[in-house]
Amino acid sequence: MEKSKISVKNLNLHYGENHALKDVSMEIKDHAITAFIGPSGCGKSTFLKCLNRMNDLVDNVRIEGQVLLDGEDIYDKRVDTTLLRKKVGMVFQQPNPFPMSIYDNVAYGPRLHGIKQKSKLDDIVENALRGAAIFDEVKDRLRKSALGLSGGQQQRLCIARALAVEPEVLLMDEPTSALDPISTLKIEELMESLKKKYTVAIVTHNMQQAARVSDDTAFFLVGEVVEFNSTQNIFSRPKDKRTEDYITGRFG
Amino acid sequence: MKSQTHAFVKESTIVGSRKNKAVVETAAQIIFTICAFFAVLAVVSITLYMIISGTPAIFQVGLKEILFGTVWKPTAAEPQYGILYVILTSIVGTGLAILIGVPIGVLSAVFLAEVAPKKLAMIVKPAVELLAGIPSVVYGLLGIYLLNPFMYKIELALFEGSKTHQFTGGANLLSAVIVLAIMILPTVINISETSIRAVHPSIKAASLALGASHIQTIFKSILPAAKSGIITAVVLGVGRAIGEAMAITLVSGSSVNLPLPFNSVRFLTTAIVSEMGYSSGTHRQVLFTIGLVLFVFIMIINVALSKILKKGGSADERQ
Repeated sequence: MEKSKISVKNLNLHYGENHALKDVSMEIKDHAITAFIGPSGCGKSTFLKCLNRMNDLVDNVRIEGQVLLDGEDIYDKRVDTTLLRKKVGMVFQQPNPFPMSIYDNVAYGPRLHGIKQKSKLDDIVENALRGAAIFDEVKDRLRKSALGLSGGQQQRLCIARALAVEPEVLLMDEPTSALDPISTLKIEELMESLKKKYTVAIVTHNMQQAARVSDDTAFFLVGEVVEFNSTQNIFSRPKDKRTEDYITGRFG
Repeated sequence: MKSQTHAFVKESTIVGSRKNKAVVETAAQIIFTICAFFAVLAVVSITLYMIISGTPAIFQVGLKEILFGTVWKPTAAEPQYGILYVILTSIVGTGLAILIGVPIGVLSAVFLAEVAPKKLAMIVKPAVELLAGIPSVVYGLLGIYLLNPFMYKIELALFEGSKTHQFTGGANLLSAVIVLAIMILPTVINISETSIRAVHPSIKAASLALGASHIQTIFKSILPAAKSGIITAVVLGVGRAIGEAMAITLVSGSSVNLPLPFNSVRFLTTAIVSEMGYSSGTHRQVLFTIGLVLFVFIMIINVALSKILKKGGSADERQ
């Protein structure tokens, strides 16, 4: 059996009175892509944000259970969220580059973590941009504002920005939902190469996307994981009737 | 009932009562134009008035004598009208007030927008807004009662036994600077806070997700993203500080001196306020020239700062 990078054990999350995640348990494999699918409001994005504690920013949130990253509980009181988020990077639904140059966007993370040497930063920026398959498109305009890029380029820049801090896990929250089909294709190809170095978890509304790129798939419904299995099994031999209904488009 | 039916029938066609509409549209357009014209008219007439009333003294006394002269004796037998110290006081006083007021203001704005618990922010925010509504003369009165005695104590301690220092009773440049710094706070805080709140939450999320702490996020991504709004806050703060007269008349001592911290000083604005009442002839005309200098001063600062603003803002826009 493959090694798991993140094990989630009996995770419960409440927004005030709202029980948003119910007893979720899951093993996320190392160097694989795990997709979370399900209808809007089913808790898949919320679950993703539990993995790097971005839910901490929300008021009135209560989280119980364990999320083990390489065996360490990320909800332990002694955990430093900045170190956690350095290990577990995130790409958001809407491309959100900083209003600064392309170079400064990618160098933002490394600078935070104390790298000041110019030559070293140059290397990191180039490698990250290459890793996100955007270097050739922007190499002549690194000093120009990132806001001048197209949506698809901005999203790949955001991936490069996340890669620049050398994370081990990359969380992607519907990373292509705001993009056109060609940009989507580029990012899907990119994910394939990313899993060689990183563990990737992706939330997607697009079932074809989950089927195309992921190794494992979890189907969420009103805060519960209905079914979690290899992508192949989920899409060809779903065990649960609700999963079958969803992937065949009968509801959701 | 009948007319209603009629109106309904009419609306169902695309042929409208064009004439009536055209009249209303044109009338509205004319009214808007007139309103806009009033503002332009005011600016133009003020500019003309300041030039017409401020220039005669320049020809009588000489531009160099006024701008670079250091002796201000308008009522002597051989009057001298040098306002160099007054100009320097305005520059130094405003500059220091900005240096003190802007960092405090911006950090207060950060506190309100990012750090403060909601309940605390709900107390601080109205307090800041109230600060903006206090008449400037009240700031001056408070300065006299609180600041000047305190300054006098420091002055006594610092210059004990000094024979060259003119004791001011605490009415000095520092008092004026502190009052000005407090007076620009509401402007700087309110506008900075608005611009910090306007930064899209995704920017903050992006920074935190890269492993930045809250403080790092504030200084490295939120404040840079709010830069153009903060520059606007500074521009308006400078405008308020340089144009202020009432409060600093009361606390600055109002005698013409080099702008050193413990000197009694006179600003461009206070020079006009304190002498206009009894001046006549050339003296009066020179006061108008001071007004003109102040006017030019503010124009230059506005243009220069908005140039910087444009330059700083361009990084936020798509090229």
